[in-house]
Amino acid sequence: MNVRLYLWQRITAAIMAPLVFVHIAVIFYVTRQGMTAADILSRTHGSVAWASFYGIFVAAAAIHASIGVRNVLSEWSPLSERHAGQLAIAFGLLLAALGFHAIVALVLT
Amino acid sequence: MIARARKHRGSALWIAALVHRISGLALVIFLPLHFFVLGLAFHAGARLDSFLRWSDQPLVKFAEGGLVFLLTVHLLGGLRVLLIENFDWRDGQKQIATVAAALSVIIAFIFLARVF
Repeated sequence: MNVRLYLWQRITAAIMAPLVFVHIAVIFYVTRQGMTAADILSRTHGSVAWASFYGIFVAAAAIHASIGVRNVLSEWSPLSERHAGQLAIAFGLLLAALGFHAIVALVLT
Repeated sequence: MIARARKHRGSALWIAALVHRISGLALVIFLPLHFFVLGLAFHAGARLDSFLRWSDQPLVKFAEGGLVFLLTVHLLGGLRVLLIENFDWRDGQKQIATVAAALSVIIAFIFLARVF
């Protein structure tokens, strides 16, 4: 892992740490508050705060996870660094696309 | 020679690093599915509702407890790494890693107690 990727992984980890604490609290909260689609959408629909929080979360998670995938592939698989990097970028883009799609579905619908 | 090179693998901190990596890998597998399911909220959430009804079974709840453990242990393990890298060294890293793992187990059990 080069210095640039190392810094990105650490910066995204530092950004996500407080977000994950809040997310765990949200998980505990919703398990007591009912888990139907209507319950979820009533909290998320039209919420700029919710979209911003999870927008930052998705972006940071996609970067952090793809760097992690690249590290694991280059250390634990026979793939070359170049191919590991390409697969990791593809994974990061897929994760970001799915994550932002979910946010749009929960906030704008 | 090989036995000597592998001796560190019994160390609590080596296990902590392995747990951090495995939990990260598991979350990498889970996250696309999680986002995909949340994306089912389109069209007033009818498809999301049918998934949520499916997920309301004991085995899925146990799996969710496992995910809470993985997320917490990855968070706490990552925080320990960030603290080591950015602040002065503190002794007792093995104990801190053990407490992080124990806390993660407790939080996962509290989650399971709430959903059952």
